[in-house]
Amino acid sequence: MIFINETVASLRQKLDKKEISARELTQSYLDEISKTDVNLDSFVTVCTETALKQAESAQKKIDGGQALPLTGIPLAIKDNICTEGVLTTCASKMLDNFIPPYSATVIEKLSAQDAVFLGKTSMDEFAMGSTTQTAFRKKTKNPYDTEKVPGGSSGGSAAAVSAGLCAASLGSDTGGSIRQPSSFCGVTGLKPTYSRVSRYGLIAFASSLDQIGPIARSAEDCGIILNAISGFDPHDGTSSKKSPEDFTAKIGAGVKGLKIGIPKEFFSDAVDTEVKEAVLKAAETYKSMGAELVDCSLPSLKFAVAAYYLISSAEAASNLARFDGIKYGHRSEKGATFNELVKNSRSEGFGREVKRRIMLGNYALSSGYYDAYYGKAMALKQRFREEYKAIFEQCDFIITPTAPNTAFRMDDNITDPAKVYLADICTVTVNIASLPAITTTCGYDKTGMPIGMSLVGNMWNEAQIIGACDAFEKTFTKISPKGGR
Amino acid sequence: MAGYIPVIGLEIHAELLTQSKVFCTCSASFGGTPNSRCCPVCSGFPGTLPVINQTAVEYAIKAGFALNCGINQFSVFDRKNYFYPDLPKAYQISQLNLPLCINGLVPVEYTENGEKKTHDIRINRIHLEEDAGKLTHNDLDGVSFADYNRCGIPLIEIVTEPDIGSAEEAKAFVEKVSLLLQYAGVCDCKMEQGSLRCDVNISIMKPTDTELGTRAEIKNLNSVKAIGRAIEFEIYRQSKLLDMGGRVVQETRRFDDNKGETKSMRSKENANDYRYFPEPDILQVNISDEQLSEIKAKMPEMPDKRLERYLADYAISETDALIIINNKIIADFYDEAVRTYNNPKAVCNFITGEMMRRINIGEIDINEITFTPEQLAKIVMMAETDVINKSNAKDVFRALVENPCDPEKIAADMGFVISNDSGKMIEVIEQVMSDNPKAVEQYKNGETKVFGFLMGQCSKALKGIATSKAIKDELEKRLSR
Repeated sequence: MIFINETVASLRQKLDKKEISARELTQSYLDEISKTDVNLDSFVTVCTETALKQAESAQKKIDGGQALPLTGIPLAIKDNICTEGVLTTCASKMLDNFIPPYSATVIEKLSAQDAVFLGKTSMDEFAMGSTTQTAFRKKTKNPYDTEKVPGGSSGGSAAAVSAGLCAASLGSDTGGSIRQPSSFCGVTGLKPTYSRVSRYGLIAFASSLDQIGPIARSAEDCGIILNAISGFDPHDGTSSKKSPEDFTAKIGAGVKGLKIGIPKEFFSDAVDTEVKEAVLKAAETYKSMGAELVDCSLPSLKFAVAAYYLISSAEAASNLARFDGIKYGHRSEKGATFNELVKNSRSEGFGREVKRRIMLGNYALSSGYYDAYYGKAMALKQRFREEYKAIFEQCDFIITPTAPNTAFRMDDNITDPAKVYLADICTVTVNIASLPAITTTCGYDKTGMPIGMSLVGNMWNEAQIIGACDAFEKTFTKISPKGGR
Repeated sequence: MAGYIPVIGLEIHAELLTQSKVFCTCSASFGGTPNSRCCPVCSGFPGTLPVINQTAVEYAIKAGFALNCGINQFSVFDRKNYFYPDLPKAYQISQLNLPLCINGLVPVEYTENGEKKTHDIRINRIHLEEDAGKLTHNDLDGVSFADYNRCGIPLIEIVTEPDIGSAEEAKAFVEKVSLLLQYAGVCDCKMEQGSLRCDVNISIMKPTDTELGTRAEIKNLNSVKAIGRAIEFEIYRQSKLLDMGGRVVQETRRFDDNKGETKSMRSKENANDYRYFPEPDILQVNISDEQLSEIKAKMPEMPDKRLERYLADYAISETDALIIINNKIIADFYDEAVRTYNNPKAVCNFITGEMMRRINIGEIDINEITFTPEQLAKIVMMAETDVINKSNAKDVFRALVENPCDPEKIAADMGFVISNDSGKMIEVIEQVMSDNPKAVEQYKNGETKVFGFLMGQCSKALKGIATSKAIKDELEKRLSR
């Protein structure tokens, strides 16, 4: 049985009505993974035994009438989210053998609902990239075309949902790592407001930008999962103390009377025509549903990529310094002194892209350069907040392309990293300004690849963009991928 | 090599006495089996996050109050990045631009060349940070071990202005700061256990110079004595260098306690670039006016207030009061003892006399006093109320030190409790007088110094029977007949 068109919400009904048992559901997904993932490489680790055990325990809850929204729902987890007793590699040689002795708070929260964990999904090494091709082992393919990239860094999580290898998944988003692969793989991905979801147990890339969020087949599913994983966590001092709310509250509410901003800088020549047209067409759909379209502007967008790469690389350089081969992870065979051992372990353990960012970050923080680079980038952070504040005084949320283009071929070997970085232009300001954003498919290009649009809300307004996203999804007919089958 | 003025600034690291570590809930107590007091957070496992211990913030602010600092109600943590095996995250969470406390002042009094001096030392800042782990090296096997128990113990760094002019002054300053921190209840200041450590920045200049000389930094001095010796040596080394036409290089030096010399560790060129930046995992610290006054209200009695109280309520001399106050353990012990026996003067005399003497000769370990203030107070009370002889009080005390138990029982067992049998006393005195006719004769002829001899004879025989005063009065009366 393939559940490629089933959402978390519809599976909930099937489970509760006993149309299928949690074990059967889990087994079906596991079978699909073993059949098709050889063509997709979306999973780094598959947890067959524990998943079936979790399904059994979920079934007991269902039988006892104690099912919660995610009880018995098979999920996949990005491999940078710590899972006690299960390999958590960050798709890096550095952590190829790392089994954390603790679970991330999001995992604890999902376990409390008796969700089922099918396994860990591949990603760009340490979440640095937008292709999932920097992964040490599993370079994930796009389920719509296995010659093409799934996007990244949460490429494994997006591809697994897209191909029907899990009901939904968790990704992490530092500069677009949930939204861009969701867009490339034709699924829905939500990056929550910074601090909405605990980061405890998420192996840090850039602490001030990282957020864990859901990748699913609908906006409603994203809301259901956000309901489960959000909330204050005493283990994360930066997590928000806001009281819980229902992020599916605006499902079905429509967009009548809402003001939707169209920031002109996001529709420049840097964005493919097909993409622009699809997103603007979606905006027209909203208009036809009773929303008002408003022109707006984010004047500093041209500085966004530079600011993002300075802040994220600086924090990454510091966050990744702990991987020295002494306590865990890859340790070199060579090295007579501490410094040599650390140098060799890091040289061998990290891939090229990670090394590039570590060097960039350390350079930006160096004495004499701090003010010119990191200091300037932090000043820009403030400016983005102000510009977004002005935008949200005019409108309820904005609509933008999720990426300037659709998924490209793996052999489109782009060697200039600066060019690759520029493709992040549509997503990074959301992280810099701590905002929530959701992406969903709004069309397909002439080769059949999905086009994503993003709705960006003001801080804490997830419910609204989830509701608006749902309104569009109900008007849009999706085309399922071949899924590597 | 005369005529140089030393310019000295200190950095004091003090571990705070919080129960748990500064960013996790592990125990912050000293020692423990290696790596028994650490968790994924303080041993820097991936994905873990620091959560600030509010008590550590409170203690750092208390330290600020103790050293007369201003408090930054808006304060920020930063990361100090460097690789070292005792630093599992490869960065230390510290504070760079917005420390918790700034602009303090510590008055010190000290004696130099027999002259009493006072000087106010300015404090530049006090910031809160985390301690690193401990490394032990086994040179024989060529292996090193890392113990992370100390990782994440809250630490304050106290930085002075370059206001200190001599080794004596530096020592007096460290002792004063140590005293103030102990009174504030934020640090036990045990240098031998590393809960208080000191770095010295020192340069020298000629009186005619308008600019400071190049400074050397001497790291990790772990006793007040070492601080003094290291400074003395540095002044000597730098003076000699300059006298010979050389120049001082900016560098970090280590003090060799055995040789009494400082040795170069690394030069400025090899110094780390710490690549500080604001710690994104910890929110900025905002301390409200209410929180600040709450912390102020919780400040324990500081030494100056205690001195006022001792002089006013206890009526002991300032010299005695200072002897007691200058050691917080003694002062607290004294207060407790006076609570049991309200004779501050007598208790003070006994503590500054007999108890301090035994501490100084090492019979009593001040950090592990085995007897209670109540027991000491009882001894003083017995001596003062003629239950035992004053001279016997010392013997009872000695027995108490050796084997702590009820002093009344000790006195009874040793036969010191005076029965006040006056018939027996007269009998003994008459016996002593008739046994020593020559001495009695001498006394009557004005050689009063023999009184001591006769008194001694009587006292020995009257142990536990009569008080010294009674014996003395009776003996005098009989001799003058």
